[in-house]
Amino acid sequence: MDEMKYSMAEEIKVFRSWSSPFALRIIWALKLKGVEFDTIYEDLTNKSPLLLQYNPIHKKVPVLVHNGKVICESLVILEYIDETWKQNPLLPEDPHQKANARFWAKFGDDKVMQSIGGGVLLKEGKEQEEGFAASMEDLKYLEEEIRGKKFFGGETIGLADIALGWLAHYLDIFEEIVGLKLIDQEKFPSLAAWKQEFTNAPIIRENWPDRDKLVTKFAAMREANLGKGTPK
Amino acid sequence: MAKSDVKLIGAWASPFVMRPRIALNIKSVEYEFLEEILGSKSQLLLESNPVHKKIPVLIHGGKPICESLVIVEYIDEVWSPGPAILPSDPHDRALARFWAAYLDEKWFPAMRNIVTAKDEEARKALMDQVGEGLVLLEGAFSKCSKGKGFFGGDQIGYLDIAFGSFLGWLRALEKMNGVKLMDETKTPGLLKWADSFSSHPAVKDVFPETEKLVEFAKVLAKFKATLPK
Repeated sequence: MDEMKYSMAEEIKVFRSWSSPFALRIIWALKLKGVEFDTIYEDLTNKSPLLLQYNPIHKKVPVLVHNGKVICESLVILEYIDETWKQNPLLPEDPHQKANARFWAKFGDDKVMQSIGGGVLLKEGKEQEEGFAASMEDLKYLEEEIRGKKFFGGETIGLADIALGWLAHYLDIFEEIVGLKLIDQEKFPSLAAWKQEFTNAPIIRENWPDRDKLVTKFAAMREANLGKGTPK
Repeated sequence: MAKSDVKLIGAWASPFVMRPRIALNIKSVEYEFLEEILGSKSQLLLESNPVHKKIPVLIHGGKPICESLVIVEYIDEVWSPGPAILPSDPHDRALARFWAAYLDEKWFPAMRNIVTAKDEEARKALMDQVGEGLVLLEGAFSKCSKGKGFFGGDQIGYLDIAFGSFLGWLRALEKMNGVKLMDETKTPGLLKWADSFSSHPAVKDVFPETEKLVEFAKVLAKFKATLPK
């Protein structure tokens, strides 16, 4: 109802941290739809009482608050955003294509993030080799899926692009820290092309966190994790 | 619609396979159930789900759909004149999806790991985790059901399916360990819900018997012991 939209001030708040790739998804989705919102930056080493109240189970960002309604979990929030603000849809109408988009978004979180983030970035030696091998398998599937398409969503950015979008910026940083190339232009030409398209797309290109700060942060994360793994 | 137009690859004991079966039952859709055998994956499964090689896989009009909850949403969207599985309000949908994600990513892995816990201390810690999760889910039930019998209200819905599919194994685990994880004092609402769910017409024919699961757990353990590390 348009009358309601103009007479009611909508409360749209996003709780994020400066570096979280999960929270970035929400920023992208709202901006791609031209939705204005307030941002609350959280220091994850010192979480605000409000964040803990809104997300007591996971105590994580992102959290979306829309007119008093709280939504947690980035992929859940993305679906809520797409259902609430219909312009520039993130999901196609066709149920089979929709299922496909959801499948690849889930694949990104369940597999790619684990093999690259968990296996390659945070491990060394044999464990890192295993992580690298697993990530090559995962990237091969993504390469097949993106072949012939500009975005995973087709001509426009879709749910799967947003879910996998961290690869377009964070991966270079991880590669630099560990000294390994994952999305090699020769091995994964279509995926490398997608990375370029996505990283330079309107909205996306204006919202990447500071690269140098990310390098420092993830290098420290790697060190801390390797230190933890030292056998006694 | 011809029965052969809708196929589901699965196995009777898998909670994830149960989910699309309940969804198809809710929509009164006839389908061909292709049962996989433990220890060997059919050619059809490997072709339809090359990425994960896992069940369930729905094959509709020759096209595969993978991942149990993705399949449930697909069923809800395709057979839309039937009873709705997801709620209509976006926030209610978000709540249902949130809890389903919690179940799959946090609660069920703890429950599944109880069987392979390395010692009594580890087992107890996991059981406490499962018990605490149930208390959270009791709260979710109060909030989502709004006084009615199911998470979905009057009718079983997405979260009933996501959670209810684990009940068989929860009961088997309780029996194998001689404990009550769902009980009258801490989770009275869930206890009542569990009975309503398991006896629901769309559920009862695909709900596995506790005894059969306890037996199968032994078969599964033996099989896993033969796998290379």
